[in-house]
Amino acid sequence: MHELAVTENILAIALKHAKGQRITDVHLVIGQLASIVDDSVEFYWDTISQGTSAEGAVLHFRRIPTEFQCRDCEHRYAPSHDNYTCPSCASLRVMVVAGEEFYVEAIDVIT
Amino acid sequence: MTQNRIPIVEKILGANDRLAAENRACFDKANVFALNFMASPGAGKTSLIEATVRALSGKLHIAVIDGDIATSLDADRAAAAGATSAVQINTGGECHLDAVMLAQALPQINLNLIDLLIVENVGNLICPASFALGTHKSVLIASIPEGDDKPYKYPGTYRGVDALVINKIDLLPYVSFRMDYFRQGVEVLNPGVITFPLSCRTEEGLETWLAWVEQLVL
Repeated sequence: MHELAVTENILAIALKHAKGQRITDVHLVIGQLASIVDDSVEFYWDTISQGTSAEGAVLHFRRIPTEFQCRDCEHRYAPSHDNYTCPSCASLRVMVVAGEEFYVEAIDVIT
Repeated sequence: MTQNRIPIVEKILGANDRLAAENRACFDKANVFALNFMASPGAGKTSLIEATVRALSGKLHIAVIDGDIATSLDADRAAAAGATSAVQINTGGECHLDAVMLAQALPQINLNLIDLLIVENVGNLICPASFALGTHKSVLIASIPEGDDKPYKYPGTYRGVDALVINKIDLLPYVSFRMDYFRQGVEVLNPGVITFPLSCRTEEGLETWLAWVEQLVL
């Protein structure tokens, strides 16, 4: 959702940290709950990075799947879409422990 | 020439977060308590604002900022209900409010005269949740006719809010809505979130909501 705005933010963050050096790779961490379509980000990236020191940089998406943890038996699992119950002990006392990540982890530059 | 990795770990929506923090500082400086109302279209954001303004405008000065892609219908309703200020943001097609848009609307209100600011977000169950505005609390208004599976289908939104209103409970006899299933979905995503089942139309449950809002402001 809003992949253009997201891609613009990624470019701004990358350029800010690159400080003029040529960027070859941008490493992103995106959780499943963040709802981002990789292909759309790639598409916008190819366009808006032109003419900047990030032109031609490759985007890498480290995807973090949504994960719950049961508060009763501590089992960690990937929940099904419409049933959040712990598959190990059937408890409903479960919590989200992964899948909300949404950040630029690192960039690779030529110095 | 060598290739080096520069670690960053910076949130992609960090710029909006920083502006939201500035908005918050504005509110705190003027002693204004600010709420962000989010919901699907038609769930009852404006109705709840009207009910809240009607009930509390004798005790509090309330400003309302409304976000919509078209019309000033909602700001007009807030003004008619007794809001001290009612400002309409027409977002030009944007499907959510963000911190920038809110910052641009704030100069239209004299915050020093206001106790409570209610921001009515664009009717949308997805996008508003990702864009912090700088309000003190965010409130999701769910409604019975929308169905009981919405926490499962929109986990990001249900997870991020500080309070949940379940509106239109007067319609429970007429639609199939499994309250247990709905509440279970909410509890996993947002454990212990304060929840207000109510009906803006019949006013059942409204007192508890009003008491909560009032004690937050005072």
